[in-house]
Amino acid sequence: MSATTQPSLAPAKNLAVAARLGSSRRRSDVIARFLSLLATAIGLVFLTSILVTLFYKGFNAMNLSVFTEVTRPPGSNGGLLNAIVGSLIQVALGTAIGTPIGMLVGTYLAEYARGSTFGGIVRFVSDILLSAPSILIGLFVYSLLVLPFGGFSGWAGVAALAIIIIPIVVRTTEDMLSLIPNTLREAVIGLGSPKWKMIVLVCWRSAISGIITGVLLGIARIAGETAPLLFTSLGNNAWSTDLTQPMPSLPITIYSYAGSPFQDWIELAWAGALVITLAVLGLNIAARSLFSGKK
Amino acid sequence: MSGTMTEQTGQNASFGGMAARSSAELNKTARISIRNLDFYYGTNKALKAINIDYPEKQVTGMIGPSGCGKSTLLRILNRMFSLYPGQRATGEVLMDGKNILDDSVDMNELRSKVGMVFQKPTPFPMTIYENIAFGIRLHEKLSRSEMDERIEWALTRAAIWGEVKDRLNASAMGLSGGQQQRLCIARTIAVRPEVILFDEPTSALDPISTLKIEELIDELKRDFTIAIVTHNMQQAARCADQVAFFYLGELIEVAPAAQLFTAPKQQKTQEYITGRFG
Repeated sequence: MSATTQPSLAPAKNLAVAARLGSSRRRSDVIARFLSLLATAIGLVFLTSILVTLFYKGFNAMNLSVFTEVTRPPGSNGGLLNAIVGSLIQVALGTAIGTPIGMLVGTYLAEYARGSTFGGIVRFVSDILLSAPSILIGLFVYSLLVLPFGGFSGWAGVAALAIIIIPIVVRTTEDMLSLIPNTLREAVIGLGSPKWKMIVLVCWRSAISGIITGVLLGIARIAGETAPLLFTSLGNNAWSTDLTQPMPSLPITIYSYAGSPFQDWIELAWAGALVITLAVLGLNIAARSLFSGKK
Repeated sequence: MSGTMTEQTGQNASFGGMAARSSAELNKTARISIRNLDFYYGTNKALKAINIDYPEKQVTGMIGPSGCGKSTLLRILNRMFSLYPGQRATGEVLMDGKNILDDSVDMNELRSKVGMVFQKPTPFPMTIYENIAFGIRLHEKLSRSEMDERIEWALTRAAIWGEVKDRLNASAMGLSGGQQQRLCIARTIAVRPEVILFDEPTSALDPISTLKIEELIDELKRDFTIAIVTHNMQQAARCADQVAFFYLGELIEVAPAAQLFTAPKQQKTQEYITGRFG
């Protein structure tokens, strides 16, 4: 009995029991490992098959005219130039409008509204918006900016994309600011700094690489959005940079071309899908390297 | 050049200071006087009826076990507590004849007069130069050359000029812990406060850096009134002219350092400094 109270003096373990326990544990380990690997393999098979198909078909359809020609009727050697430019304009403006709003809301939540009920409500609403189906946002903007103004427009698309990126930026800004230790804030305040200077000159500077990462991921997200643009900027088969008119975009063009019966349109859709994927991939890599580089 | 000279004078002053300390009289002029101060975290009373004077251009050490209220008191002196809703002080904290607890007090101006150095070094994410310039720009408009001069002065006074003068434009985050703490001291004195509060300034540092900071505090008291919270009684004995012992939110005893450590009047103080609790 004393062996149980004094482990250091315990007799040698019962080797048979130990062996049995050991082998059953090894067996569970093998099973668990096998199941995890299987799950990973299934996931990877689908992912790689998507990517391989995309790259194969996309590269085959890729040529210079994709980037130099506008969309044309089937059989007339069109490209995607207007769709690419339309996407760039809408994504850039959406980001330019959504980012400052998102940053300010995130800053409000992290610096002014910590622990307050109103802040909690804002955070909750923003999180719901973050996971809201994007078609809802498209419909919302449709009833707000399309119906009253008598038509689809680039601005409506910009607004929809801005609304989608706002909660992403809110979340990252708040998260990044919350990582800053309070002692740093007190150090700034202790020098006699007003709070807004503390936020702008020190807190934002500390959090900036994380915030930019969030913005880049947000851009990657809105660059691929189709549903909110269906009801807002609609798409346009001609060259158009007029934001008051329906505006073409890559996702919409891919959507309508991929579902068409024309072989050359389908090929262009593959090329467009590859362009978007590469752009999003580039943004993700940029975001990651920026974040890890500054950390 | 000027850096090495100051280091030497700093050391001389510190040895001189040590020798002089045991016999020195406390300065009679109080820079800050606290009268009947109570402090509350919500409904919890953390400081009870505190009365204490901080003598001008001398070091007041504040000691006591964890949770005794010494840091709380320090954070009242620059109204740091006002950042947090629910924290409240009543009574009088007199500086230049004004009660700094009054609502009408301009807290940014107060904090430019009462600087603070924290337990952990808190360099800002910018260059060494910008770290120092930051505080100065909050309160003064200086020309480029005046700014350069002030920054050299502050870094020299904080005994770190020699180590950073060739990399003023490097990030302050790359300095060692001890260097960062001296940078923070330089940043505090660059604003030219009258009082400097040290909140356990060496508890995150190695012994060599600790020694440097202690020497620095000794050198700084020629120009600044200093209050230092410390867990380390030896440090209080080495640095302070006057020592205040706190226990459970009360000021048990305040006396010249030599007296408090050799002949305390209160039983509790005696027990604490002989290590019977805390």
